[in-house]
Amino acid sequence: MSDRRLTHLQKLEAESIHIMREVAAEAENPVMLYSIGKDSAVMLHLAMKAFHPGKPPFPLLHVDTTWKFKEMIRFRDEIVAHLGLKLIVHINEEGVRQGIGPFSHGSALHTDVMKTEALKQALNLYKFDVAFGGARRDEEKSRAKERIFSFRTTDHRWDPKNQRPELWKLYNTRKAPGESIRVFPLSNWTELDIWQYIHLEKIPLVPLYYAAERPVVKRDGTLIMVDDERMPLKDGEMPEMKMVRFRTLGCYPLTGAVESEAATLPDIIQEMLLTTTSERQGRVIDHDQAASMEKKKQEGYF
Amino acid sequence: MAHQSDLIASDIEAYLKSHEEKSLLRFITCGSVDDGKSTLIGRMLYESKMIFEDQLAALESDSKKMGTQGEALDFALLVDGLASEREQGITIDVAYRFFSTDKRKFIVADTPGHEQYTRNMATGASTADLAVILIDARKGVLTQTRRHSFIVSLLGIRNVVLAVNKMDMMHYEKAVFDEIVEDYRAFAAQLGNGEVPFEIVPIPMSALKGDNVVEHSAKMPWYDGPALLPHLETVSVQATEIEKPFRLPVQWVNRPNLDFRGFAGQISTGVIRKGDRVKVLPSAVESTVKSIVTYDGELEEAIAGQSVTLCLADEIDISRGDVLCEAGSPAEAANQFEATVLWMSEDPMLPGRTYVMKSGTQTARATITAPKYKVNVNTLEHLAAKKLDLNEIGECNIAIDKKLVFDPYLENRDTGSFILIDRLTNATVGMGLLRYALRRASNIHWQATEISKPARAAMKAQKPAVLWFTGLSGSGKSTIANILEKKLSAMGKHTYLLDGDNVRHGLNKDLGFTDTDRVENIRRVTEVAKLMTDAGLITLVSFISPFRSERQMARMAMEEGEFLEIFVDTPLAVAEERDVKGLYKKARAGEIKNFTGIDSPYETPQNAEIIVNTVERSAEAAADHILEVLEARGFLS
Repeated sequence: MSDRRLTHLQKLEAESIHIMREVAAEAENPVMLYSIGKDSAVMLHLAMKAFHPGKPPFPLLHVDTTWKFKEMIRFRDEIVAHLGLKLIVHINEEGVRQGIGPFSHGSALHTDVMKTEALKQALNLYKFDVAFGGARRDEEKSRAKERIFSFRTTDHRWDPKNQRPELWKLYNTRKAPGESIRVFPLSNWTELDIWQYIHLEKIPLVPLYYAAERPVVKRDGTLIMVDDERMPLKDGEMPEMKMVRFRTLGCYPLTGAVESEAATLPDIIQEMLLTTTSERQGRVIDHDQAASMEKKKQEGYF
Repeated sequence: MAHQSDLIASDIEAYLKSHEEKSLLRFITCGSVDDGKSTLIGRMLYESKMIFEDQLAALESDSKKMGTQGEALDFALLVDGLASEREQGITIDVAYRFFSTDKRKFIVADTPGHEQYTRNMATGASTADLAVILIDARKGVLTQTRRHSFIVSLLGIRNVVLAVNKMDMMHYEKAVFDEIVEDYRAFAAQLGNGEVPFEIVPIPMSALKGDNVVEHSAKMPWYDGPALLPHLETVSVQATEIEKPFRLPVQWVNRPNLDFRGFAGQISTGVIRKGDRVKVLPSAVESTVKSIVTYDGELEEAIAGQSVTLCLADEIDISRGDVLCEAGSPAEAANQFEATVLWMSEDPMLPGRTYVMKSGTQTARATITAPKYKVNVNTLEHLAAKKLDLNEIGECNIAIDKKLVFDPYLENRDTGSFILIDRLTNATVGMGLLRYALRRASNIHWQATEISKPARAAMKAQKPAVLWFTGLSGSGKSTIANILEKKLSAMGKHTYLLDGDNVRHGLNKDLGFTDTDRVENIRRVTEVAKLMTDAGLITLVSFISPFRSERQMARMAMEEGEFLEIFVDTPLAVAEERDVKGLYKKARAGEIKNFTGIDSPYETPQNAEIIVNTVERSAEAAADHILEVLEARGFLS
């Protein structure tokens, strides 16, 4: 019988599917946050598995800050059409009216208004009581202690003193009217697990993860891609064509590219295994304030 | 994050292939701050190259700034990032760390802090396959070692590594190690009534110096066992789950169209093949597995741990909460159990109070009758107990409002475990392990009687009701109830008044005024009121009944619409001013303990059917008002 055992990826997959089915069975109006990145791609793939031969019994929600890479939006629409799923795109129109953007208002305010606020708006508007997110515990020190089922107050705040113990695989999904739960089915996956699974399952990804010639400028040591004409160039700044790729994806002005020749998945994994800096380094948002994650989370950021 | 394997650079495809085959081990580390637990976890992360250069740079500078190891790296800093959060009062029950080697991926449950340790450790242990129990070689087996080991055995962990740490401080002496191991084995035998309940692998080490963590240490040539990491890489933990009888708790019935009906869930134990007979519990109907459906195609067989969807050959009624079992070796179903309960809430567990119970995919209402005893986790002594406080563990009888499908916990962690949820706050307040069913329940059958409740009520031309008066002592409950009963009686209605003080002279004279006794007080009067309602009476209950939970329990015990909660709303100051029985004075003087409103809480009703304000209204007028409501609701005709 010794050969009959599950590999680590099979165990992680089974756990994530179990979590999704618990939510489907117990939530009133769940939604899956879809950010278009690699973790979302894995989460979506797992949702397709969990409810096969049916479709996932919840819509996808993309909070569009209007500053995402063009390729991300194209990819999003293709995938959703291909899988035949329902997608809700939410934009904070008030923020758009005020002209909020990362260049004019800085990353902190932009993220707060166009992402955190927008997310809360969407959850209130559609009265979602449970939202799946693709966050992992290995991403960052403060996430190591995050629950799989994370409770939010009626105004979407995360109250660290009021989280429930998680025993075995028994998730307490009860809540008062107006309260909500963020559920992280990928909690126990690491970055390497995600990449290996994408490779093994041949999950389609936004091409931005693969190295290609792209126009970039170097700012504060970070390579920023000039994705559209909204990017104001400083004096003497000239976009250069470089072989680059992205390790994480977000708003293009806030996402640093890395120089790379890795154009296939094995190349990417190889590069990742041989690199020596952690994943979130590419995110401008984390540098803004030390220990900022905890604070953002309390305010309702994922 | 350079894994040692040379394949990464030379042949990434081959490397990926070999890493697909990795298994997963979840373990918990038990020890207190001084045992070197953080240092050990930090070192394992470091040695398995799970630390990036930017993190390493931060570690180097932090080690110089605040480390305890001079110029050397202080690995503890890698995992002690939670210290500042502790200071802010943020509850951290368990932090999970991840690392992997060429053979396995590991998830470590790290439970920091002394406070809440029992609760936190039990949480971490509930998902662990193995426990690493740290012992400081200078100190040997301590009280806390016993506590950790007790929880490990309670949660049914079968594999223990006894990490005798800080051997460098004891000159790497064999005698020190041998003595600790011998002490520990003697103690562990007590945990399982003479038999050690888990396998023990003792390893002498120094997490700080790296001895026997990754590689065999030259400083302890007398030790011929494995170093820690190689042991964790090879220890076998999964096989037993596959050999147990098949169980699949149904999570979700998948009905995408009229032609497909599948039962989705994660296989808890055993193996299932196409064509296998299964028995569905609690209905006990049998069928045959027609297909095992997954996104990746149909399977011939599936094993413990997999999330699958089963289709059966027969059209039978199955819903979430049912358990599919191997037909020849099914689980049991019962509604009364003996169980071990660990309490996790600041509010104590009160016998008689109803909690929501979740076990596997089943949800039920559960009431704990008095604990038989609680366990002193340090000495394993059994102590008498009337309730369970935070972090206390007790053996209890539990009654459930329906048949629950289960296996004893030590045979199946999924179908033998449960959590208890507070009905008002929705907080998870307890965890429990099912031991065995109490047969009493199934042997006492309900005797059907020929004259029914409606028949009895019809004879009296009334609808039975429970009029539940709640409010502070001296609020006027009994006065109003008394006037109301006289009025009803004059109308020819058949009533009975259960008064708190009077019932305490007889039926409840053994009960005091602690929270535990108050709950039991209400439970008994609820049962009496239920019998009287069954007799067709209009029953007036005049009890302070200070807790929302118990009033809710009384409401749930009656039929829909039969229970009317009447809140006699008199402010504390007014009731105290009246002080008809002179009790407030005594309570203020400290002569009466646990007096509602003074040193015991009164939880105001949130959805009482009737509220009477005794400041603005006389008792007579209040009784008339209640009478009008009864008339309007058709109770009097």
